[in-house]
Amino acid sequence: MLHDRDRIFTNLYGEQPWSLEAARKRGDWDGTKELIARGREALVQEIKDSGLRGRGGAGFPTGLKWSFMPKQSDGGPVYLVVNADESEPGTCKDREIIRNEPHKLIEGCVLASAAMGCTHCYIYIRGEFVREAQILEAAIAEAYEAGLVGRDACKSGYDIEIRLHRGAGAYICGEETGLLESLEGKKGQPRLKPPFPAAVGLYGRPTTVNNVETIAVVPTILRRGAAWFAGLGRQNNTGTKIFCISGHVNQPCTVEEEMGIPLKTLIEKHAGGVRGGWDNLLAIIPGGSSVPLIPKSVCEAVRMDFDSLREAQSGLGTAGVIVMDKSTDIVRAIARLSKFYMHESCGQCTPCREGTGWLWRMVTRLAEGDADIAEIDLLWDVTKQIEGHTICALGDAAAWPVQGLIRHFRDELERRIVARKSGGDRAAA
Amino acid sequence: MSDSVGEGMAPDVETFAFSEENRARIRDILARYPEDRRASAVLPLLHLAQEQHGGWLPRAALDHVAELLGMPRINVYEVATFYDMFNTEPVGRVQVRVCTTTPCWLCGSDEVVRACKEVLGVEIGETTPDGRFYLREFECLGACANAPVLWVDEDYYEDLDYERTRAVLEALQRGERPKPGPQSGRKGSMPAGGKTTLLFEEK
Repeated sequence: MLHDRDRIFTNLYGEQPWSLEAARKRGDWDGTKELIARGREALVQEIKDSGLRGRGGAGFPTGLKWSFMPKQSDGGPVYLVVNADESEPGTCKDREIIRNEPHKLIEGCVLASAAMGCTHCYIYIRGEFVREAQILEAAIAEAYEAGLVGRDACKSGYDIEIRLHRGAGAYICGEETGLLESLEGKKGQPRLKPPFPAAVGLYGRPTTVNNVETIAVVPTILRRGAAWFAGLGRQNNTGTKIFCISGHVNQPCTVEEEMGIPLKTLIEKHAGGVRGGWDNLLAIIPGGSSVPLIPKSVCEAVRMDFDSLREAQSGLGTAGVIVMDKSTDIVRAIARLSKFYMHESCGQCTPCREGTGWLWRMVTRLAEGDADIAEIDLLWDVTKQIEGHTICALGDAAAWPVQGLIRHFRDELERRIVARKSGGDRAAA
Repeated sequence: MSDSVGEGMAPDVETFAFSEENRARIRDILARYPEDRRASAVLPLLHLAQEQHGGWLPRAALDHVAELLGMPRINVYEVATFYDMFNTEPVGRVQVRVCTTTPCWLCGSDEVVRACKEVLGVEIGETTPDGRFYLREFECLGACANAPVLWVDEDYYEDLDYERTRAVLEALQRGERPKPGPQSGRKGSMPAGGKTTLLFEEK
């Protein structure tokens, strides 16, 4: 269990003001100039040593990603783009950072930019977060006013401009290249990779895209040292993580915990337990809507980290934990996610554009048992036609929840089909 | 097209121009992006135009933004129809958007939808006859630990149920702006029974 002294986000619930003055009291912007003075190589190495993996869902090692940026400047702009387009169903962690700890994010932008030689930073925030954007905008203005950002940031001799950019309601803009397209003033349709953004990113220039939480933990890691961060969690899955617990728990919440905390402990200790008790649990989607659900039997012992959840045929994703008790119509719960992906598909790749609609229509019929048994395998086949056959990961994200449903609840799907065929028109429940 | 605009809604217009105040804001917005990358300002400018024109974007506003940014009109039309926050048809001035994605659905968004329909007297996707309220469904709003959630203009109303939704909407009908955030009274996304962390009671 994580000690309070090891928590990074001490104002997670907004009990104190978000302001610069309050942030300084929490330890933000302390010795930033000296940190910058360590130099690019040392900063990147420290983040590599900390074991930090990206907090946006994919879990790519952050220090390694940073090291892909050009070492020598050609005199042109180099960009850091912060992905604050938090839209993955079940995920509400970046919102808390933005509205309660904006200075951790802004200081992180300065330090990450210094580590990669970035000249400009854009923070792309989802359009729906209107109030959060207002707070972040005001916090950035405070940082400029105090000389922490801009020319000679923190009196370090380093220049960095930070700008906020509001989206307008499109999940796909959370995909890093869709985000870049959107930032360039286009539809948010993802780009083929390679080239990767580190070579050809925003406006064709070298760019790194990082999630809000990834950037916001950077200052604390640099101040307290890689060894401290790496000492939390376990190998390859280090540090702390903000978990969002929603659905059928007694006390839904966000909470910062140690990476690798057992899922059961997380729910019982912080979220007041499953509604009706642990034995009333049906299944959990542990990492935001894009990862496959895991049934109660797997939930008993699984740990909340990248590798443990991968072994359980799911994923840590964004650590948005969606809890479903036994009252849940699990097929309808997944059908609603299929509708989400159908709505959010950008329409660029045929397997996703057409396939997400197929998934939604088939799972919706299966919810009523209005299908043949053989269609379950057909549905599985449709998910496999989508997975891996699209430019971006939205296709995979649409396929996996349905695969999880079939993998763990095939009996339930069959039961509904049989019930309907045998004349009961109310197949569910 | 102008015939279709209901009473109380912002009218369709033949020409559109930004207000004096918004022109000043546009200068600040353009300064955020490289000079030869003015198209980057298309989302901020469409937000501004929609705000100025009562919650929707007439064709004249899209054309005006295209001209300001030196973009082909078709590219601005594409953007305006790609993103969910932009309305290219007339809608009511107060936008009521209910999240129905799985985390909200699990916590009772069906009841929130029912309360919205009853109080406003319209179906999803419709505007009230007086042109005041536009009700629509929205995908995940990113406040799942405070589900279910209603998004009204700029504010989130959270921790809703049928009764609390009614109370919020009825206050809006009276012309009030009820306090946004969790309607349960809890602080942010803290556990309702009190904090389990950040107690600073170290041994």
